[in-house]
Amino acid sequence: MLYRESGQYKTSYIADQAIFPIREDRIGMAVIGVVALAIPFFASDFFLNAIMTPFLILALAAIGLNILTGYAGQLSLGSGAFMGVGAYSCYKLTTYFPDVNIVILVLISGLFSAGIGVIFGLPSLRIKGLYLAVTTLAAQFFLEWCFIRIPWLYNYNASGAIEVPVRRGFGDIILTGPSASAMTQYFVVLGIVVVVTLVVKNIVRGRIGRQWMMIRDMDIAAELMGVRPLTAKLSAFAVSSYLCGVAGAMFIFFYLGAAEPSAFSITLSFQILFMVILGGLGSLVGSFFGAAFIWGLPIVLRAGFPALGLNVGAEVIFHVAQMVVGALIILFLITEPHGLARLWQIGKEKLRVWPFPYA
Amino acid sequence: MRLHTLTAGAFALALTAGAALPVQAEDSVYIQLATYRTGAFAGSGIPVANGMFDYLTMLNERDGGINGVKITLEECETGYDTQKGVECYEQAKSKGTLVFNPYSTGITLQVIPKASVDKIPVLSMAYGLSAAADGNTFPWVFNPPLTYWDGASGIIKYIGEQEGGMDKLAGKKIGYIFLDAGYGREAIPLLESMAAEYGFEMVQYPVPGKEMQNQASQWLNVRRDKPDYMVMWGWGAMNPTAVKEATKIRYPMDKFIGVWWSGGEDDARAGGMDAKGYKTLNFNGVGADYPAIQDIKKYVVDAGKSQVEPAKLGENLYNRGVMNAVLMAEAIRVAQEKTGKTVINSEDMRLGLENLNIDEARLEAIGLTGFMAPMKTSCEAHSGHHAMYVQQWNGEAWEKASDWFEPMTDKVKPLLAAAAEEYKTSNAPWPARTEPCAN
Repeated sequence: MLYRESGQYKTSYIADQAIFPIREDRIGMAVIGVVALAIPFFASDFFLNAIMTPFLILALAAIGLNILTGYAGQLSLGSGAFMGVGAYSCYKLTTYFPDVNIVILVLISGLFSAGIGVIFGLPSLRIKGLYLAVTTLAAQFFLEWCFIRIPWLYNYNASGAIEVPVRRGFGDIILTGPSASAMTQYFVVLGIVVVVTLVVKNIVRGRIGRQWMMIRDMDIAAELMGVRPLTAKLSAFAVSSYLCGVAGAMFIFFYLGAAEPSAFSITLSFQILFMVILGGLGSLVGSFFGAAFIWGLPIVLRAGFPALGLNVGAEVIFHVAQMVVGALIILFLITEPHGLARLWQIGKEKLRVWPFPYA
Repeated sequence: MRLHTLTAGAFALALTAGAALPVQAEDSVYIQLATYRTGAFAGSGIPVANGMFDYLTMLNERDGGINGVKITLEECETGYDTQKGVECYEQAKSKGTLVFNPYSTGITLQVIPKASVDKIPVLSMAYGLSAAADGNTFPWVFNPPLTYWDGASGIIKYIGEQEGGMDKLAGKKIGYIFLDAGYGREAIPLLESMAAEYGFEMVQYPVPGKEMQNQASQWLNVRRDKPDYMVMWGWGAMNPTAVKEATKIRYPMDKFIGVWWSGGEDDARAGGMDAKGYKTLNFNGVGADYPAIQDIKKYVVDAGKSQVEPAKLGENLYNRGVMNAVLMAEAIRVAQEKTGKTVINSEDMRLGLENLNIDEARLEAIGLTGFMAPMKTSCEAHSGHHAMYVQQWNGEAWEKASDWFEPMTDKVKPLLAAAAEEYKTSNAPWPARTEPCAN
């Protein structure tokens, strides 16, 4: 009733090709936009710092992996390491160019990650499926080894960690470092994530994205139709690693504040993979769902158990969160391989014909 | 996408509900304990968590808190993971914790720059950044009673004594097996400078975090290199594995010396009777014979309020946790005296931590005579180079194997000052100390 597109006529190609062709979707997006802009003025620092900012950053990383795994069909377990490449290159860049706005450096650092991603994507031209996962696993371990063993990367810090310096920008606002306000960091992250997501959305639904999907669905057929696997696969690796790199740089500079190499361990790669699987392979909105779910679940459980009057230990909550995520991944893989995004889509379709259950 | 707003809204609701529920009683202070009872480091993390929790609970039960102010305790599970650690820190901050105990060098490094901005003191008892001992540079960070560099110098000093003089160290080979993370690397600069000074050779055997339970290759190298002594900086599952591997290659266990964090009963037990002779540093008493520990048994363990297995009460790492809690409790008491308030805040807590003076009389008053060396902190000295001792595993329990001795303070101090200076420049602009000295 509320969500129905009947009566909305498209009179131009532009209107027909819009990202959100239905008016109700546009209204929904506008509401989300207003909420996203208004949240910092109502929410506590904890909500911004510990929930919203990391959620947005991890959603971007999940989009990155989704490009590779969901759209181009190349399974990867190295996203954590690619995030690390972004973080370390951003750290080195800001060491050499302390006066350049950190936002620009974050966006540039993704390029380094993209380069590394292309190199490790080369085997994908010959190796498929599970075996490719193993080669990306090699990338994960090799890069992690680099973060530990190459002291130049962390400026010869005695503890082997990188520490985020204070950086100002946009007219002397403190953007990074301990004294940056939660609100500033949230807005910077929000801005980057929204802009990058829009660009990615347009890549995905354009020529390049269609090539990726052709490669995913049947690579031989795609090749026969003139898609070059070399460019299609490597461009997927490049875009995916770029997004992971940007997310990694933001993760350190706008969230963690300092990092040991273990911050980019295989655990992070799996965390992102779970976000993609739960959220929905091959869906951008699914990446947001997945990130919100995986990141939010332990926090909600921690607040939820005491709210229900249950006094359980901190470690029990941790275990419960892990069990829930594990069970849900199995459940989703069996019943709904396209994840939360597919459920969302089904919901929308039902809403369109509501109150009639058929049609 | 609307679901996204819905979930965000649900989160917000759940959080406000969660935050609103634990209503603070009038006279109480809140301390969050960042602990870990899960993951590969749980073996070391659990006893420490139990010790901290039980001592503070005992104070609540026995005395009704400190000067009538109850301590509200809450644990936050970090899993020794930096990501989770930062989340715990943010939560602790939002709930107004008096002090933050990261129990991970990685998390400590992360919260050090935030501490001065958020005005939350960080108590990293004998771990974390060694340079933080310099109170003028790091007014908000405390690492009493010893830094890792004190520990490393202590081990070298002890080895020197065993050999019959520091000059006998020349030409010796000392192996250093460490967890390849911020924690294990912390001691390297000092060991390197000692190696240069005394002319011994240092051989490094890094153990990556995920390879902790498989150290066969490292110990194969040890067997090949045949170091005269082995020094270990291990934690969690790394310790029992290393002890087991050392017994497997028949390394002389009395030449295998761990830092204080490698001295859990369970760590040594893994090697069974073969591990007899294994040594570690220590700075707290072992055993349950102290009156305060007996009070914990009476008020907390027997009352079913503790998670500790009764048999493990008074084990080394449990007592380490107790000592950590003692430092917090004493700091609260000092802060109450200094400010005249009973319900103190985190800024007062900093003052308390900076003016700790736990002497023999005070130790006796809290029922811990001989539990630890008398210790004192001040504006400049946030660590204080206090005494330590070496303990040895007799196959079933730890035994004291040396008297209390001081670290090589004269060697460590200039290095600490230089490191603090370096930290300042690499993190420029590092805020200058504005907190007045109340000594």
